[in-house]
Amino acid sequence: MLSKVSRVFDILLIIAVPIGLYFAFIYAPVEAKMGIVQKIFYFHVASAWVGFFAFFITFLMSISFLISRKFIFDDIAEASAEVGLLFTTIVLVTGPIWAKPTWGAYWTWDPRLTTTLILWFIYVGYILLRQYIADVNQRAKFSAALGIIGFIDVPIVFLSIRLWRTIHPNVVQKGGGGLHPDMLTSMFVCLGIFSIIYVAILLKRLSISSLERRILIIEEKK
Amino acid sequence: MSNSLIDIVNITKQYGHIKALRNISLSINKSDFVTIFGANGAGKSTLLKLISLQSRQTSGEINLSGVPYKKLGNAFKRRLGVISHQPFLYENLTAYENLLFYASLYDVKSPKKVVDDLLKRVDLFKRKDDLIRTYSRGMLQRASIIRSLVHNPDIILLDEPYTGLDTVASKVLTSLLKDQLSDSKTIVMVTHDIQVGLELSSKIVIMKKGEVAFNENISAIDKSNFENIYISQVTDKD
Amino acid sequence: MINYFKAVYAILKKDLMVEFRTKESINSMAVFGLLTVTVFSFILEPSSDSKVEVAGGIFWIAIIFSGLLGLGKSMLNEVNGGNFEAILLAPIDPTAIFFGKFLANMVSMILLEIIILPIFSVFYSINILSHPLMLLILFLTTYAFSLLGTLFSVISVKSRSREAMLPLLLLPILIPVILAAILSTNIFVAGGDIVGSYNWIKILSVFNIIFTAVIFVIFPSVVEE
Repeated sequence: MLSKVSRVFDILLIIAVPIGLYFAFIYAPVEAKMGIVQKIFYFHVASAWVGFFAFFITFLMSISFLISRKFIFDDIAEASAEVGLLFTTIVLVTGPIWAKPTWGAYWTWDPRLTTTLILWFIYVGYILLRQYIADVNQRAKFSAALGIIGFIDVPIVFLSIRLWRTIHPNVVQKGGGGLHPDMLTSMFVCLGIFSIIYVAILLKRLSISSLERRILIIEEKK
Repeated sequence: MSNSLIDIVNITKQYGHIKALRNISLSINKSDFVTIFGANGAGKSTLLKLISLQSRQTSGEINLSGVPYKKLGNAFKRRLGVISHQPFLYENLTAYENLLFYASLYDVKSPKKVVDDLLKRVDLFKRKDDLIRTYSRGMLQRASIIRSLVHNPDIILLDEPYTGLDTVASKVLTSLLKDQLSDSKTIVMVTHDIQVGLELSSKIVIMKKGEVAFNENISAIDKSNFENIYISQVTDKD
Repeated sequence: MINYFKAVYAILKKDLMVEFRTKESINSMAVFGLLTVTVFSFILEPSSDSKVEVAGGIFWIAIIFSGLLGLGKSMLNEVNGGNFEAILLAPIDPTAIFFGKFLANMVSMILLEIIILPIFSVFYSINILSHPLMLLILFLTTYAFSLLGTLFSVISVKSRSREAMLPLLLLPILIPVILAAILSTNIFVAGGDIVGSYNWIKILSVFNIIFTAVIFVIFPSVVEE
């Protein structure tokens, strides 16, 4: 069942990724001031969206696990956190590549970028915690608590960092106000395609989890 | 059914896809002394955790005098004492402080008198103001036993209490258990110690791979042959 | 309800008894805190004017890092000897256990602050408590730190390499608290417009209210097996 759905998404990706590349590199015009480096924007924003969405899924699955104690929710929470961490890493790498030619520095303590960094730390902690607890039951409960608290924390982190940056006046202004309509279209296409990539990777990660559980059962029966 | 105190009906406990208990049914009568044997991983401790409300079953029900556990909650916890191979005592507090602390959690009436009496019963009264970490192993075990009795529970669960005890300490434990038994308390014990199990129990249960493999009253068991039964049930014959 | 507060009080009293008996955590916390304050004074000229910009940061980093030391210790007492399991067997609400331990941790933190604050003020010749609102900042920050610190010490104590796990989990979550504490303290140290601290007080309060409620809801299912 899982592998069939996963196959469908694989095929979907073969079609979708070239479309995304077309929209990002050919359909969308080259930005006048920033030039070709602005193309990274489509991947940067889409990754940020997927990363955040993935952690939201972890949050929902953590709540579901604590209520129902069904380990499938724990599996999804873990898988989604790992995929989310992958995409926030992409955000943190593409952000500086974009920032250097645009703002003259690799890293700016922009509220969004900084919040993403904190988010990254929270979920690195989440994954480390999972690795360091041997007992399946405790691992699921404790990481669910972290999955809930970590996600609720994000808006408060964002607010506090924004408040911090408005106190220090050297905050870099976002370049360019409105986006060209073609750029906006391309961005939404990329958002959609990255969402498909998210689901595809999530399904692959879930089938690994179910294999792991099956190995545990076989070992148990021995 | 009617005269049983704890009724375990079709209990299954699952951790993920792993079934720790499969369809366990067991009834424990008032004043029973049930000993549960079994290999490691047979589900003994899991069962004890379910009986002591530390853990929720995946399916099935446990009733106390016909009332489901779920409805009882703290009312049941008040009647329950648990002795484990862990001391359940703070080593940087004195025995007296430890016992008074646990008494306060159970809202025991006139706790000082209760604690004094218990300490006297196990010969620890003179050492009551010494820190637990200065106690010898035997003293620690005695203190740990009376800790679980501080609220005068009528159901006592023991999780491998003989692990790590020397001969003297285990004799003290055995005699204390006999005392409790004569107080018509209900006792469930998990252990590997066949002799003790046979000596004290009114009922023997052997668990294997999450199921009850053997369940007999002591009167129906040929004690001289029990070791063979035990070995055949506990060890694998795959 | 009376029983609930009785249980909270019993846990709090027991924790403080253990702490005052051994003085293990408060001693190491205080020494580590003073050490941090001393070491940090090497990064700047302590008599220079720029110190007002970093004083809040140094003070809070010292408090939070030494606080981390104490949290781990307090929970270790529960795990050694299996006491945490025994407390959970008692007929009391699990959240009463949480709030008892939380209050005990908070008392230790307040003691730590009482020790560090005057010495810090002397070392850097700064008056941190220049405005009564600073007491509120101290309280709210200590509350937030103890609240999540208690929860994460319960979690990390069950993991391997627990000493490393606690700060890894706790610090990212506490970023809003750390920012608020440092920046509002700086306002008072520099003698700036106190209106600037209102937003930080709001953030601290919102943080505390939300997480007190969240922990109240999830703690029972986190400790139940």
